[in-house]
Amino acid sequence: MNEETNNKIDLDEALYRPIYETGKGFYLTVSVLLLIIFFTLFIYIRQVYYGLGVTGMNQPITWGFYIVNFVFFIGISHAGTLISAILRLSKAEWRRPITRMAEVITAIVLAIGGLHPIIDLGRPDRVLEIFTAGRLQSPLLWDVTSITAYFTASTVYLYLPMIPDIAKLRDRGGKMVWFYEFAAWGWQGTEHQKKVLSRAINILMVMVIPIAISVHTVISYIFSMTLQPGWHSTIFGPYFVVGAIFSGIAALLIVMIAFRRFFHLENYLKLIHFRYLGTLLLIMSLLWFYFTFSEYLTGIFGSEPHELDVIFYKFTGTYAIFFWAMVLCNFLIPVVILAFKKFKTIKGILIASISVVIGMWLERLNIVIPSLANPRMELGTGMYIPSITEWSLFIGAIAVFVLGFVMFSKFFPIISIWEIEEGRKESVEEVEKRVKSYLPGPANVTE
Amino acid sequence: MPKWAMAIDLDKCTGCGDCMAACKLENNVAIVDPEQADEGRVMLWMDMMTIYEGEYPNIKLKRIPKPCFHCDNPPCIKVCPVHATYINEEGLVGQIYDRCIGCRYCMVACPYTAKVFNWYEPEWADEFKSCMNPDVSMRMKGVVEKCSFCAHRLQKVKENADADDREIADGEYMPACADSCSADAIFFGDLENKESKVYQLSQNPRAFRELENLGTIPKVFYLSERE
Repeated sequence: MNEETNNKIDLDEALYRPIYETGKGFYLTVSVLLLIIFFTLFIYIRQVYYGLGVTGMNQPITWGFYIVNFVFFIGISHAGTLISAILRLSKAEWRRPITRMAEVITAIVLAIGGLHPIIDLGRPDRVLEIFTAGRLQSPLLWDVTSITAYFTASTVYLYLPMIPDIAKLRDRGGKMVWFYEFAAWGWQGTEHQKKVLSRAINILMVMVIPIAISVHTVISYIFSMTLQPGWHSTIFGPYFVVGAIFSGIAALLIVMIAFRRFFHLENYLKLIHFRYLGTLLLIMSLLWFYFTFSEYLTGIFGSEPHELDVIFYKFTGTYAIFFWAMVLCNFLIPVVILAFKKFKTIKGILIASISVVIGMWLERLNIVIPSLANPRMELGTGMYIPSITEWSLFIGAIAVFVLGFVMFSKFFPIISIWEIEEGRKESVEEVEKRVKSYLPGPANVTE
Repeated sequence: MPKWAMAIDLDKCTGCGDCMAACKLENNVAIVDPEQADEGRVMLWMDMMTIYEGEYPNIKLKRIPKPCFHCDNPPCIKVCPVHATYINEEGLVGQIYDRCIGCRYCMVACPYTAKVFNWYEPEWADEFKSCMNPDVSMRMKGVVEKCSFCAHRLQKVKENADADDREIADGEYMPACADSCSADAIFFGDLENKESKVYQLSQNPRAFRELENLGTIPKVFYLSERE
């Protein structure tokens, strides 16, 4: 099959439009976001100057929002690479308009999440000691290792499938050709190049899955390796991974719905895509409930006093409202919406996704704070109220996320154009052949 | 090699808080202003747990002095990413302030909540500034600190003993809290030395350690008839 390059009127013109046409909305969004980010930067510099006292953290609650957000953002990052890799691996044809967005989420959110432990440091000026004097026995170092590996793998995994699209942009001419020319690495779409690219993607997608799983497992190890009640649990690894994928899918759905609305991509992101991902979200919601249920039932049944203290604090203590809100947001709302076809519209799925993202953030809060608030020694219960500093940095982090997406979509197509083309040209035939090979009938010669 | 340990006789302790004050002065522990202290940022190396049991009018009050327990198997050093906390051959668990990056993982991992953090640059009233202990290094904002069993006193004791070419006598090395205790409730010494007072107290049937089931092996023994 020959490459049809440089069509002046491309079938996928809608995907190029946001790159070449810049409206007022873009400048407005970017300036508002930059304003928020600069304000956040100021707040952070203030924190470095005065010390962590400007936050709401204290003794015994020595970890607060920063660690909650760290776990939360890294969790969201599982949207991407993992989901896109699994969908690619399982040859799910409906993945084509989704994978790019998913991978971008990973790259941006991972960078944000990875910064959080540094924001949390009392002495950020000494952060390089992690490399000069690091102790590999510390779970924090495992984290540094796995997050770096995941970031590297997922940015490469984002970049490789972008090369043919960058080449398309280069061939179109216009803005920033020099950049696209550089980033396209001389892609001409020859058979050989295609073969090499598809091999590289295949290798990466297999590699990226264990790395992604390791990242969130290791984050759970930060907690479960300590002796603290509520944390010291073997279930934490898979529990965190499930939660991460759960919140990741929800974030992906929100991003998809937003881009569909703002970039008018109704033709690409159809109800069927949302329904399929919605079903996946429903499964993860049930799985999340299963893990949560097991975790608490074991604790209550064993009734070790310190463990019980933490559990009852979660159920009835000062933070109880957040616990029950978590159950509502992570289980009741999404299950009701996603289990009935009537509610499973795009609007319904958007509500479910937002609810899950909030719920998963609350879950991280419910893991970090209650265990710290109830120390084993009889020192009374601690109380944590985040200060304006922590809230600002949280909002700033979200602003960085949105800005990252806005900027990305300004320079690159948010949906993989060549993969859509490939789907249109080759996959229909290929899938037909594949389905026929599943069916009984005269033996197909294919091995 | 000696193994330094403490024994606190709760039946003798009056809960007066002398040990806390002595510790604070001895170790240049920052003085946190009252609002900050209410927020849970009080800096105490030697804390005093106050436990109320029962209901009015039958209230039982327990006052338990709580230093760092200098565990033989310390959960804090296992998690430190930069070797900022360590246990030495003599069983003292120390903190390196210039190394600490302030991640507070050790505070989170300590089941005894023994560590404190410098939320702000440490401050003292002017009257205090002239009587800092020159033997104890000052801390800066953003690092974790904790009871050192007055390791600087051990240095001096060792120097004296070396100069006289003799072993350290039992009761020669005493942290400030043990030194200052007006009820004579805090004992300190070498757990390896079977003759030492601390060793004998540790074998006392009244002796127990906090959260022994965690396997941290604390080196602070409490003695009490109650409980």
